[in-house]
Amino acid sequence: MRRGPIGAALRSEWRKVTTTRTWWVLALALFGYMLFLGATIGFAITHPDLASSGGSGDLQVHGRAAAELVYTLAASFGYAFPLVIGALAMTGEFRHRTITPTLLAEPHRGLVLGAKLAVSLAVGVLYGVAGTLGAIAGGAPLLATGDGTFLTSGAVLADLGFCVLALAGWSAIGVGVGSLITNQVAAVIAILAFTQFVEPVLRIGLGSVHALSGASRYLPGAAAEALSGSSFYSSAGMAGLLERWQGGLVLLGYAVVLAVLGRLTTMRRDVA
Amino acid sequence: MIEIRGLTKSFGPVRAVDDLSFDVHPGSVTGFLGPNGAGKTTTLRMLLGLVSPDRGTATIAGTRYRDLVRPGQRVGAALELSGFHPGRSARDHLRVLAPRVGVDDRRCDEALEAVGLGVAARRRVGGYSLGMRQRLALAAALLGDPEVLVLDEPANGLDPQGIVWLRQFLRHLAHQQGRTVLVSSHVLGEVQETVDDVVLVAAGRLVHASPLDELIAMAAPRVRVSGPDITGLATALTRQGWTVSGEGGVLLVAGATPAQVGAVAFGAGVELHELAAEGAGLEDVFLRLTQPGGPPKEPVA
Repeated sequence: MRRGPIGAALRSEWRKVTTTRTWWVLALALFGYMLFLGATIGFAITHPDLASSGGSGDLQVHGRAAAELVYTLAASFGYAFPLVIGALAMTGEFRHRTITPTLLAEPHRGLVLGAKLAVSLAVGVLYGVAGTLGAIAGGAPLLATGDGTFLTSGAVLADLGFCVLALAGWSAIGVGVGSLITNQVAAVIAILAFTQFVEPVLRIGLGSVHALSGASRYLPGAAAEALSGSSFYSSAGMAGLLERWQGGLVLLGYAVVLAVLGRLTTMRRDVA
Repeated sequence: MIEIRGLTKSFGPVRAVDDLSFDVHPGSVTGFLGPNGAGKTTTLRMLLGLVSPDRGTATIAGTRYRDLVRPGQRVGAALELSGFHPGRSARDHLRVLAPRVGVDDRRCDEALEAVGLGVAARRRVGGYSLGMRQRLALAAALLGDPEVLVLDEPANGLDPQGIVWLRQFLRHLAHQQGRTVLVSSHVLGEVQETVDDVVLVAAGRLVHASPLDELIAMAAPRVRVSGPDITGLATALTRQGWTVSGEGGVLLVAGATPAQVGAVAFGAGVELHELAAEGAGLEDVFLRLTQPGGPPKEPVA
């Protein structure tokens, strides 16, 4: 491993991520965002009398379900962060023209892309941990004033693990997106447009048409929520989800298909 | 060591490199010269596997770059349009490459010391001057202690002291350490003191390849002379041991001054209609060979 080209490519990609500030700045932002959301949703659940019921409707969840909903908020709302960091791993190479030294050191482009995918999974796990810890830090103190934190429940802890995996999957999808859209600005815009607009509209739109509601379960966001086991959208009464393992496979499938497409198109081009 | 054979590449309708062939030998610095847009960078990128040629091959010790085992230990390259992440330090830039090149962190520090960046190693590259970036690119090329160095316009952005330093550094790498050094430039004067061999390209085609001395010989001053008795004039001049060539009633005399030629003509009683010095600097030869439309079809001694 240490001497082989695969191990070397992995270490090289890991160093690329850890030698700039981007990764921890984004991870910190994710932590802060989830801290805020965890506290907000936790407050809405435990103090329904005080929370405004005009906006997102009443959250009729209690006990363990409430804890799962709050702690896995990162899977529903924080996934743009690992998605972006994954895409930056690829687009940054083109933006800063480091793709030239990268391909000089490792001329096998498939190996470079594969190493980026693998490292992005590890980075995605870090993001999952940061996001989940943020949601717990924000939500648990409030849940403690209601039905309890459920932080010692095996089922809740398992959900946290799957939530972390879901964010890791998003990070790998990000690498796939970046290998297809190598322009950094275009990639980030595509990610924001899809996650904040296209997918929510599709999920609501497809979900409301009976014949198509099955299809919405295969959208990446829905698949990630299936994997993480708790969904803000489904808790809010929108469409069902796949089985957990199916969600994981669909999520991984998006990453692999995008990366293969990127390898066959963008990554085959001349680097000039 | 480096063999370019029939290399051809078009970008759309533009033929950037056209049936280019040349060799680069170990132990010497070879200047790869031509005006901007002559196809130098494209050729180097094809040599290094970054651009796929339409036809032809480019090999290093008989092997294509992408087939080399641990290419970073065989070939070091610093290319134009290559870059650095501005938020990454010089040392970290090398540490990112190090695993695949197959070297440790200590070697990264050595390479930075070798190019005079030791004190700035932990500063972020965003604050580097162009000259410092050139040195960092050179450090990256040297990282794997390769026997072949390919440097694209390495003198760009260097101050005069930096150019002198680079000259001595490259000559040391080639002459003392026996490495193969290929240096591209669009300014002959910039590398004239550095290179042993020259490869001149224009519009993607090879126009000249030789030791630098031969190119200098082509730049040796000649005398252009003509008169009604061209045969008598040629006989008188050849008798002096000078190399005489010419066509269309005009003679070109190498190795003589106009004064000497005039004196010989006067002594032989031959009438002259024209007597002038022609050609001069190396830069003139470079410009003549690489000008658009190719070199003029005149005989060259």
